[in-house]
Formats: sequence, structure tokens, C-alpha cells
Amino acid sequence: MNNILTVSPSPHAHGKETTQKLMFGVVIALLPALFSSIFYFGYGAVIVTVSSVLSCLIFEFLIQRFIFRKPITITDGSALVTGLLLAFNVPSNLPVFIVVIGSFVAIAIAKMTFGGLGNNPFNPALVGRVFMLISFPVQMTSWPVPAGLNTGYTDAVTGATPLAIIKEGLKNGESLSQLVTQIPTPAQMFLGNMGGSLGEVAAAALLIGFVFLLIRRIITWHIPVSVLGSIFIFTLILWLINPEKYADPLFHLLAGGVLLGAIFMATDYVTSPMNPKSMLIYGIGIGIITVIIRVWGAYPEGVSFAILIMNAFVPLMNAYIKPKRFGEEVKNG
Amino acid sequence: MMSSTVLITIISLSLLALISAVILYFIARKFMVFEDPRIDEVQAMLPAANCGGCGFAGCRNFAEALVNAESFDKLICPVGGTEIMGSVANFLGKEAPLVDPAVAVLLCNGTPEFRPRTSVYTGPADCRILHNLYTGETDCGYGCLGKGDCVRACTFDAMYMNAEAGLPVIIDEKCVACGACVKACPRNIIELRKRAKKDRKIYVSCSNCDKGGPARRACKVACIACGKCVKVCKFDAITIENNLAYIDVKKCTFCRKCVTECPTNCILEINFPPRKPSVEVQTEVLSDNPVV
Amino acid sequence: MLKTFPTGGVHPPENKLTADATIECLPVPQGVAIPVLQHIGSPSVVVVNKGDYVKTGQVIAQSKGFVSTNIHSSVSGKVNRIDSIIDATGYKQTAVFIETEGDEWIDTIKRDKDIITEIKLSSDEIIRKCLESGIVGLGGATFPTHVKLTVPSGKKCDILLVNGVECEPYLTADHRLMLEKGEEILTGVELLMKALNVERAMIGIEANKQDAVSHLTRLAPLFPGISVHALKVKYPQGAEKQLIKALINREVPSGRLPLDVGTVVQNVGTAFAVYEAVQKNKPLIERVVTVTGRSLSKPGNYLVRIGTPVARLIEASGGLPEDTGKIILGGPLMGKAISNTEVPVTKGTSGIVLLPGNESGRMEISRCIRCAKCIEACALNLEAYLLMTLSEKGLFERAERERITDCMECGSCSYTCPAGRPLLDYIRLGKTTVMKMVRERAMK
Repeated sequence: MNNILTVSPSPHAHGKETTQKLMFGVVIALLPALFSSIFYFGYGAVIVTVSSVLSCLIFEFLIQRFIFRKPITITDGSALVTGLLLAFNVPSNLPVFIVVIGSFVAIAIAKMTFGGLGNNPFNPALVGRVFMLISFPVQMTSWPVPAGLNTGYTDAVTGATPLAIIKEGLKNGESLSQLVTQIPTPAQMFLGNMGGSLGEVAAAALLIGFVFLLIRRIITWHIPVSVLGSIFIFTLILWLINPEKYADPLFHLLAGGVLLGAIFMATDYVTSPMNPKSMLIYGIGIGIITVIIRVWGAYPEGVSFAILIMNAFVPLMNAYIKPKRFGEEVKNG
Repeated sequence: MMSSTVLITIISLSLLALISAVILYFIARKFMVFEDPRIDEVQAMLPAANCGGCGFAGCRNFAEALVNAESFDKLICPVGGTEIMGSVANFLGKEAPLVDPAVAVLLCNGTPEFRPRTSVYTGPADCRILHNLYTGETDCGYGCLGKGDCVRACTFDAMYMNAEAGLPVIIDEKCVACGACVKACPRNIIELRKRAKKDRKIYVSCSNCDKGGPARRACKVACIACGKCVKVCKFDAITIENNLAYIDVKKCTFCRKCVTECPTNCILEINFPPRKPSVEVQTEVLSDNPVV
Repeated sequence: MLKTFPTGGVHPPENKLTADATIECLPVPQGVAIPVLQHIGSPSVVVVNKGDYVKTGQVIAQSKGFVSTNIHSSVSGKVNRIDSIIDATGYKQTAVFIETEGDEWIDTIKRDKDIITEIKLSSDEIIRKCLESGIVGLGGATFPTHVKLTVPSGKKCDILLVNGVECEPYLTADHRLMLEKGEEILTGVELLMKALNVERAMIGIEANKQDAVSHLTRLAPLFPGISVHALKVKYPQGAEKQLIKALINREVPSGRLPLDVGTVVQNVGTAFAVYEAVQKNKPLIERVVTVTGRSLSKPGNYLVRIGTPVARLIEASGGLPEDTGKIILGGPLMGKAISNTEVPVTKGTSGIVLLPGNESGRMEISRCIRCAKCIEACALNLEAYLLMTLSEKGLFERAERERITDCMECGSCSYTCPAGRPLLDYIRLGKTTVMKMVRERAMK
């Protein structure tokens, strides 16, 4: 019996989950949407995605190596997820230099200045995206029309997103029944055959990813369901008031980045609340702000802003909204 | 047209500023708290280390306590020492207490060489957790756990962990005896001892309260409470309590007789000149003790 | 739908390697070391001296105070010395060392195998018998049973719950006991019901022990008032409050006892010990211990005398495997790792789990990614990530407000944390500190 024994406090067993596995789970869940966007937008989608992922990884590596001088953790997959999500949020014909600038803002400013993974208050990919949207409004809002695998990169035909069509049309005094011919049918939108950011168009592919995330227990249902539910209810009320002025709920759910935002962006671990009660409030907040921006705001799309705004409330919610602890209220029966 | 816009802007903003200023003024008047101006001055005299060695939350609180105190009994800034306490007392017109400069010493000398590791601990590197869990990586349930809570507590960079020895080292020159390490240690094995001239120290570097046998089995340099030091000491400076010898600094004359008498070499002599070879000695005593 | 508790919980791999191994009686060891503190409460007072000859079953330490209990010699022989030994607590405790000479039992113990189901004693007599025989909760908490059975005036108990959950991975001691000593356990439950003056008892068993469920269900009709319930497999179902919630849907308020919601929980092993104490006059001198580990050549369930060194049990199961890195007393989630194999088996030792070296270490600690899996896993809905940070930073007052003292240290949070953070380690530290603060406040 000469073994020197190891001693540590309990528990002596650990589950199989690791940060890396969770992050790669998210990456797997994003793959269907990636494939469908390559299918619709061709080379452009590949170029933008690869440049975004690579530059995110490189920026994270450089900062950890030369500024933090701490162990390098780019293998944990979080920069990979940020890179993918950033690419998913931009048009597929975006010049590479803008993608690189966006990645820099996402990783260096939104993530690493706060101390890296786990400390950033705002979703890095969204900060990068919003930065690009404000700095390069022209490039960021010229949406290539889906044209199949062989679409070129910069010479793609561009058009407006369904949301932009409606916003523009309503501003010009047209009614929805006049505009309906210009927007894709719900079936087309479900499959992703419309203009938009490269990852947000294919609702079907995003939902496959959602199911995977739920089965793999990477996320819980609370945030996506509350975001989608609140958008549905809010737009339903508006639509019932005046169907000529307000688009129907199904359109709002399928158009733009709602699904991508609700499933992948709002559920980002670091920037979402910790307990189910606040997750629901957070989701509902995102839904309402999104609809407000879409219907009354200056931008046709508001998911990114809505998520960033609600991100700001997360620390407050974590501090003040507490789960009901076991044994807190006495209920017998 | 243009100029009138500018004018309106300037006037309205100026008005706004004026109103705000008036409101601010009244609020400041209403909520003003009177504070003894001497507190600020006393605070400026203090070392501003905010170490908590005085027992207050920070230098500001201590300054308040000093200003409001009747006498300076028990109000001591260990960092500032007699000098600063003297000037504060002068300023406030009170009697300055005599501060005995002290220094922290570690009452454990169990390097791996003397105190074999009998298990490996893989939990978080935190002495408190380790202390709550079990005796530690050695069989000694009293000695240093070596996870560095004291080093992390020290705000004066006066401690570092000697990785080879697995024990913290106190740098005498930097130690201000604030007592942060004493509080941080879950095993209470750091003592503040009065400084002697030339920083000379003689102390029992062990905290093991076990009887001789088990203590010796766990660690070769443990105090086994044999009592030899008590017998050899002519000044009644050494007492044995709980199977552990203790040397009273106030009575100790630094004659070093106990050091040579100790069979386990657990009494350390530090900062002494080397002994003359003529005196019967174990000269290796000094080199045996990596903790200085 | 099988019953279970509503929030939290984890599903560690069960690893019940010894589920089919019948309980073997381990030969009487050559020497035992019996610690005087094997229960929660004050240590018992040694009543024998060095050199005394003691018989098996003789009292060697008497209970001191109400929350304490008797300790008996588990072998016959000479008291070698009364010295300290490192026991499962990790620190030195006073223990009585006895060198075995033969195996002479005290006369009053009935050693025949007959099962006596007839209950002759009154409630008070049963409780006194539990104290005299040194019965404590054998599920691991080792709370003296006679204290639990004494219902203070003003409180009412209407149902007895019996814990046969054994939700810890690896352990099968209770499982085997239920299969092999079913009637004795049920008689023990009847005795406990009598002691508490209740009409009903429910036995909760996790559904992964289907054979035990059906065995006890078959026997139960012979014992009035007892029903057997299968529960969904989920850790920590064996925790008292979780079991009460799962079986009768009552929620024990924070900081209160099961008696406050009219129930008492006893382990099946305790029920068996009570049976032996009351019907056979046999004090608690031996218990069933699972010795297990994937590298062990002969893992099994053993009936072991209290005070036997762990090393003897490992020898009996085929010797210490080369790759052993960690030895745990209890299950892998709540058990205590021991630093040497001379640690004696005590009343609370339900199992000895050997983990190979590659499973003994901790995962590398990385940053908290705020995934909230610790909150999801907590059966009490506590925010583990927050409690850990508060304890680490020394903000104990706030930790108290966040109900750190509710934590039962089941380890689900640390188990589930993908970043391998030492959640429970710091929460336990905070909890100990806060408890001390609360006690000091109460003193004032």
C-alpha cells in the first residue's frame, strides 16, 4: 500500500460537459444555417464566414499572447462561435476589410477589454455587427438576392430585405396589400429564399439548430420561446388593429434576424440572465423592443439593438430577480 | 434666422445651467454633513495603506477614531509605528503610545525534507478549504498547508511562497506587522513577535500540539515538548503548554542556549553572527533552516 | 409517471457494479479502532480502560448529552490503548483500539437467524433501545436515531418515510440489504412507526432497483400501513428534503426539520439496525459496506465490524489495485476522500469507492461562462455561481442573505459545471463561516 492517495473535497465525480464541448455544440447547431446560406449566396458566404472566423481567432490569440500574457484559450471555441455569428449577421457580399474591422471590434473591444470570456456585458458579435452597421451603412445594407451556389462574391445582384421593402413602402404611403406582391411568400421565407444577412434567412435550418441545442441541453427553451412568443403576440395585436398598416405575426417571425437572434444571439451564455424567471423577462423585453424598432423606429430591423439593450439589464436582473428557493414559501398538500 | 437660433440656444442652455446651479446649491446646503476638518489632516499623516492592521476598516476610519478618541490606548498604527503615531498625537494634543515594532514569524518549519508528504491534495489552492477538509498533505494537523492564503493577504509584498519548501517566507524589511496574514491563516501559525535589534529572532518554529511520538512521526523538526529548552533557559522565558514550547520575547535574552539544546532543531536563531567554533555547537543549525 | 422532486438534479453514471453481489460476512479483524465520535453531536465518553477485556457488543463509550449515543465494542479482546487516529473526518479523533481475542459476544444478544415480527415493546421502550444500542442514521448523516424518534411536544408526525433511494453512484449496500433482509427491514419500519405513533409509512426506492421494489412490494401486505414506491432515478433524491417532496409533496421550509411538516425520514439500513437492536438485542456493531471500484478484482458488499481498517476491506475485495488514485468513504458525490487506508469503518461508512488515478484529479478550472447550469442543477434553486463568488471574496453577510446555509452540499453544481469551477468547495467554506457567524450572533 505505497500509493500516495489523492485527496480533495467532494464531489469526486464530474459530468462530461466542458466549456469546449458546449461551444462546439453551438457550432454544430449553426452548421445547417451555414450550409443553407452557402446554398443561397454561394462563394460570398464562404469568404465572409472564413474571414470572420479566422480574424476573430487571430485577434483573440494576439491579445491573449501579447497583452494578457496569460494561457491562450482560443481552443475553447468561444471566438469561433463569435466569428460564425458575426458572419451570420452581415450580407454575403461584404468586403473582407469590413469583416476584419467588425471582428476586431467584436473580439478586442466588446470581449477582451472586459477581461475575455465570461466577463463581457454585451454580446461581442452583435457589438461588432452594430459597429459595422453604423460605420458602413451602405455596404451593410446591400443585400444580395439568393442566386444559388455559383453566385459571385462582389458582383452579386442586390435587393432589399422584406422588412426594408415594407418599411420603405409604408413610408411612401403604400398599404400592405399593395406591398404583399413584392415580399416573398411565407414558404419562401421559411426556406430562406429571400434577401438578408447570410445566416438569418433560412428559418428551417435555424430551427433544426434550435432543436439540436435543446436536445443537447446546451440552452433551455426560456429565452427563444419568450422572444418569439412576445413578438408573435405583440405583432398579432397590431395586425388585428390594422392589417393594412401592420404586417402579420408570421411575417415578423420569419423575416429578418428574429430566429437567429432568438435562438443563437440572445441565448449567449455570458450576456443572458442566469435564472429562468429573468430569462423570460429578458426574452419578452427583446421581443417588445424588436417590434417597436421595426414598426416605429428608423431601422427596418431591430433584433440586434433589442438584444444589446436587454444585455445591459442582465446584471441588474441577476442581482434582483431571484429564483424561488426550495423551502422559501411553505406550501403543503 | 441663423443668429436667432444660436441666440435662443445660448440663452436657454444658460438658463438651464443657472437653475441647476441654484438647485445644486440648496441641496448641498441641506444635506451638508459637518465633519471635523482634523480628520482629513490626520488621514493625510497616516500611511494610506488601508491594511486594516489597526483594526479599523481603513485609514479614514482610523483617523476618525483617533480624532474622536479620549486617549490613544489601543489605537496603534502598526505600519506607521511610534514616529507617525507621535506626530498624530502631537497634532491632536494627546499622549502618543509606545509602539513596539513587531514582525510576523511563521511557526512552522516543515519542509518536505522533514515533513514527508503523505497524500496529494487536488482541490482549490486555498488554505481555508484544505484546513476544513483534513490534516493536509502531511500527517501534521497543525502545520503550514502551503497554499498561500497569507501571501495573498499581504498588501505590502512582504511575503512570498517558497515553492521548494512549500512554506511562505516573510521579508523582515517589508513586514509592517499589520496582522493581515495572521488573520488569513486558518491554522493560526503566524505570530507577530516584537522586533529585536538587528532583527534577531529566536523562536520555536512549530505549532504541533500532538504528543512527542505522533509529532515526531509527522515531522522531524516538530516540537516534541521534551522540556530540554525549559531546563536550559536561565530566564524562565520558555514555557510548555499543549505539548508545545513557547519563548517569551520579553524575557528572552538571546543567549541561544535553547537552540543548541533542542533535539529536533525546531528552535530557530535568525540574523545572528555565526557561532564561534570553540563553543560546542551544531553549526548546521542555521543552514538547516530555509525559512529566514 | 414515477415520482421525483421537481427542481434541479443531475444524472451521474450509476456504476452500480456490485448490485448482484450478495452480502458477505467479513471475518473478524485482528484489531479495530473505534472512534468515540461516529455520529453528529457530542462525543461519547470512554468507559473502558487500557488493558480491560471487552466482549463483542459491550458498551465502551457512553452517550453524553441528548444528541449523542452509545458506542459498543465490535470485537472481543483487550483494550490495547486509547489513542487518536485519523478517521473519515480527516483529523485525529480519540479512538479505542481493541486487539481481538476470539469472538465472545455478550449473552443478551440473540444470534439465531429467526425473524421476529411480533412487536412487544412500547414506543418509549423502542426509543430507549435505540439509544442503548447506539443506533444512528446509517444513510451517512449519522444523526442519532433516538433523537429523531423523539417528537417534541407541540409537533406532530403523521407519516414515516423510509429512504431506500441510494442515489449515489457505485453504492449498493442498501439495495442488497433490501433484497436480502426485506422482512427484517419491514419489521424495523413497523418498530419505527410504533415509536413515532404513526399509522403510515412509505418506502421510496429509485426505479433502478426494480428487484428491490418488487421484493418489498410483495412483502409489504404482511405489514400494515407500509407502502413501497418506485421513484425516478435522479440525484440527489436521497436527500431528506428532496425525498419528502418527491414522496408526499411537502416542502420543508428553509432552516427547519422534516418534523415541521409532520414527517420523519429514516434510512432502510437504520430500519434494519433498529430491528436488530429491538428484536435481537444486538447493538450497532456491524454494518453493510459496499467496496467497489472498476479496477478492483472482487468488488462486493460486506457485513463489516465497526472499526475495521479500510485496508482489510480492500484486501478482501482483491487487494489495492495498482492504479488507485483516490479512496472515498461514501459515494463519489458526497463521500470523503481519505489519505491513508488505516482509517476505520464507522457507523456512517456506507461504501468505499476506489477511483483510478486518472479520475482522481479535478478538471482544470477555467472562467465562469455564466451558462447557469449550476442553477439548473441545484435541487434547492440556489445560485451556486453567486454563492461561490461571495464566499471567495469573503462577502459572507450577503451570502447569508442568498441562503448559503440552505445548501446541503450534494455537489450537483460542481458536478455539472462545464468550466470545472470549485463551486461546492467555496460554498462549503462560506456555509461553515456563515454558520459560525450565526452561532456567534445567537450567543450575544
